[in-house]
Amino acid sequence: MPRDFPQPTADEIETLIHSQLHLEGPLLPIFHLLQESFGHVPETAIQPIADALNITRAEVHGVMSFYHDFRNVPAGRHVVKICRAEACQSMGANALAEETLAKLGLAWHGTTANGNVTVEPVYCLGLCACAPAVMVGETVHGRVDGAKMDAILKEAGA
Amino acid sequence: MKIYVPLDSAARALGADQVAEAIAAEAAKRGVDAEIVRNGSRGMVWLEPLVELETPEGRKGFGPLLPSEAGQVFDGDGAKALGLVDELPWMAKQTRLTFARCGIVDPLSLAEYEALGGLSGLRRALGMNGEAIVDEVKLSGLRGRGGAGFPTGIKWDTVRLAHASQKYIVCNADEGDSGTFADRMIMEGDPFTLIEGMAIAGLATGATKGYIYSRSEYPQANAIMRRAIEIMREAGVLGAKVLGEGPAFDMELRVGAGAYVCGEETSLLNSLEGKRGVVRAKPPLPALEGFMGKPTVVNNVLSLATVPVIFEKGAQYYADFGLGRSKGTMPIQIAGNVKYGGLFETAFGMELGTLVNEIAGGTASGRPVKAVQVGGPLGAYLAPEKFGTPFGYEEFDRKEALIGHAGIVVYDDTTDMLGMARFAMEFCAVESCGKCTPCRIGAVRGVETIDRIARGDASAIPLLTDLCETMKDGSLCALGGFTPFPVMSALKQFPEDFATTAKEAAE
Repeated sequence: MPRDFPQPTADEIETLIHSQLHLEGPLLPIFHLLQESFGHVPETAIQPIADALNITRAEVHGVMSFYHDFRNVPAGRHVVKICRAEACQSMGANALAEETLAKLGLAWHGTTANGNVTVEPVYCLGLCACAPAVMVGETVHGRVDGAKMDAILKEAGA
Repeated sequence: MKIYVPLDSAARALGADQVAEAIAAEAAKRGVDAEIVRNGSRGMVWLEPLVELETPEGRKGFGPLLPSEAGQVFDGDGAKALGLVDELPWMAKQTRLTFARCGIVDPLSLAEYEALGGLSGLRRALGMNGEAIVDEVKLSGLRGRGGAGFPTGIKWDTVRLAHASQKYIVCNADEGDSGTFADRMIMEGDPFTLIEGMAIAGLATGATKGYIYSRSEYPQANAIMRRAIEIMREAGVLGAKVLGEGPAFDMELRVGAGAYVCGEETSLLNSLEGKRGVVRAKPPLPALEGFMGKPTVVNNVLSLATVPVIFEKGAQYYADFGLGRSKGTMPIQIAGNVKYGGLFETAFGMELGTLVNEIAGGTASGRPVKAVQVGGPLGAYLAPEKFGTPFGYEEFDRKEALIGHAGIVVYDDTTDMLGMARFAMEFCAVESCGKCTPCRIGAVRGVETIDRIARGDASAIPLLTDLCETMKDGSLCALGGFTPFPVMSALKQFPEDFATTAKEAAE
C-alpha cells in the first residue's frame, strides 16, 4: 500500500513507546510499531526508548541494527522483496533478481529515483512450491518471470 | 451452493483473490446464491488456485483455475474439473493427522473446528494430571518437528518438574528454512490446532503463558493467527480458566524482524525478550532457564499442532505410524524445481526417491534430477544414489544428512553445486549472530575458499574440508554447525563441479 509517512513528533513517539510497555520484552514490538507508523525507526526515538526501558542508547541501537527489517530511513513507497533462497534459486531466482536490478539500475536495497520502489532480498517467503516468489508490501506473487515482474514494477510505479 | 477458494498465501500468490472475485461476479451474473468460503490450502500447490464445489458426493475440485474459467465451477464441469478432491492420488496416498483439517475448514470457524474433532484433545487432557499428559506425549513418540528430533515428552517433563513462579510455552514459528512452508500453511489454514496444542502443553507443564514467535515474512499467517487467538479467548478456551474449568492459559503472537538465526531456540528467546538474537550457550537448557530465565517449553509449530490429534485419537494410534524411532507422520514439503510441489503428510519411512520421482513427479523443467536438499539451508544435498533412504531421523543421519523441518528442494541437472555450496557459506556469513568464531569468521573464509576453488586452486579443497570440520565441531548452534552439511555433501557427491584440473588446463 503506497504511503507517505508523516514526520513524527516527540509526543507521538512517546505515546507509541508507552503503549507497548505492558508487554514482556517490549523492544521489538516498539520497533515494529514505530516502523509501521513512520516507515522507519526515527533516530529521535532511540533516547526515549532507552529511557523507557532503562537501558543504554547503545543497547537500543545494538538491537535495532541486529535485525534486517528495521530501517533508520524510510524505504520507497513500495518495497519489492525478491526471494533469494534455495527453492527459488532452483527455479531461476538469481537470473530474475539480476535482470530486475539491472533494469532498474539499482543494487540491492536501492530505491528508484522517483522514490516509488525499493528492491530488497528476502530469504524465504514460504512460497517454495511456486517459485520464484516476490512480495510487494504484503502482496505475494508466485512463479514470477520477467513479464510478471515487469507488470509488478509497472504497478508499483518504478 | 458452497464454493471454497483458498486464502493460503501460495494460492493468493497464484491469483486466488482474482478467482474469488470472478466467482462472485459469475454467481451474480447467473443469479445463483453462492457462499464463498476462503479455506486453507489442501497442499497441492501446482493446482492452486484450487477451487472446490460442495456436492452431495463430496467436494469437487477445479484447478489451477483462471478468473476467466469461473463458469466451470457453476457448470460443475469443464477442462479444469478434477473430480472429487479426496480421491486425487496426491490426497488419497496421504495420512493426514496434523493437517487433517487444513484446507477443509474455514480457518476461523470454531464451530467447524469442533465438528471435525477440534478441542476434544484439550477436553481429554483437562481430565488428566500433568504427569499423565506428559506420559501420553512420551508414548506417542512425538519428536521435535523443527528438525532436532528431541523427544517432546521428555522436554515437557523437564519443565513440568521444574519449580518456578512462572513457566512459559514458546512456539517456534520462525520458519526460515527454504523449502519449508508447513508452519505457514497450518497457521493460515487451521490455526486453532496450534493454539489447542499450546494449551495442552500449558496443562502438562504448569505454564500459564504462551508466545508464538513468527516471522515478518508471513503477514497473512500472523493476521489469521492473531484473530484465532482472539476467537479462542472470546470463546473461553483461553483465559483465566481453560475451557471454563482448567487452570489459566493465555497467549500472544510476536513477530521477528528478518533474522534467520532467530529460528534457533535460544536466539529466539533472546529476541522475544527484546535483545539481539544472539545464541545462548547451553546449559542452562531453556527447559530450566528459558524466556525471562524461567522454565520454558520451546517447540516447533508442527510439534505443537500435532499434540491435539494425539490426545484425540490416543498416543498408541499415533505411535503405530512410522518407522523405527521416527513415529507418527511428517508433513513433508516438496518444493523447488518439481512438477507437483506442495505438502504431503505421510508416515515416516517413505523412500526419498518415491517422494521425489513419484509423488513430486520429477522436475518442473523436465530435466533429470541432479540433487535434492532436505532440511533447509543447513541440510545436506542428496544425489539420486541416495534416493533409497527412508524418510526418518536416524535413517538420514546415517547418510550424513538430516530431515530438518522436512522440506525437500529439488534441483535439475543445470545446477552448479559449487555455486550452491558457496551460497550456503554466504548465507551463513550474512545470518550469523556473531557470537561464536567458527561461524562468524568461518563462513566468511568459507566463501573465500570456495572462490579459490572456483578459480582453479586445488589446494583450497583440503582447506575447505578442514574449515568445515572446525565449524561443525566448534560452533555453538546449528547455523555454523550444520552449514558444513550442504557444503561437504556438494563437494563429496559432485566433485566434478569442484574439479580444478580441467579449468587449469583450459586456462
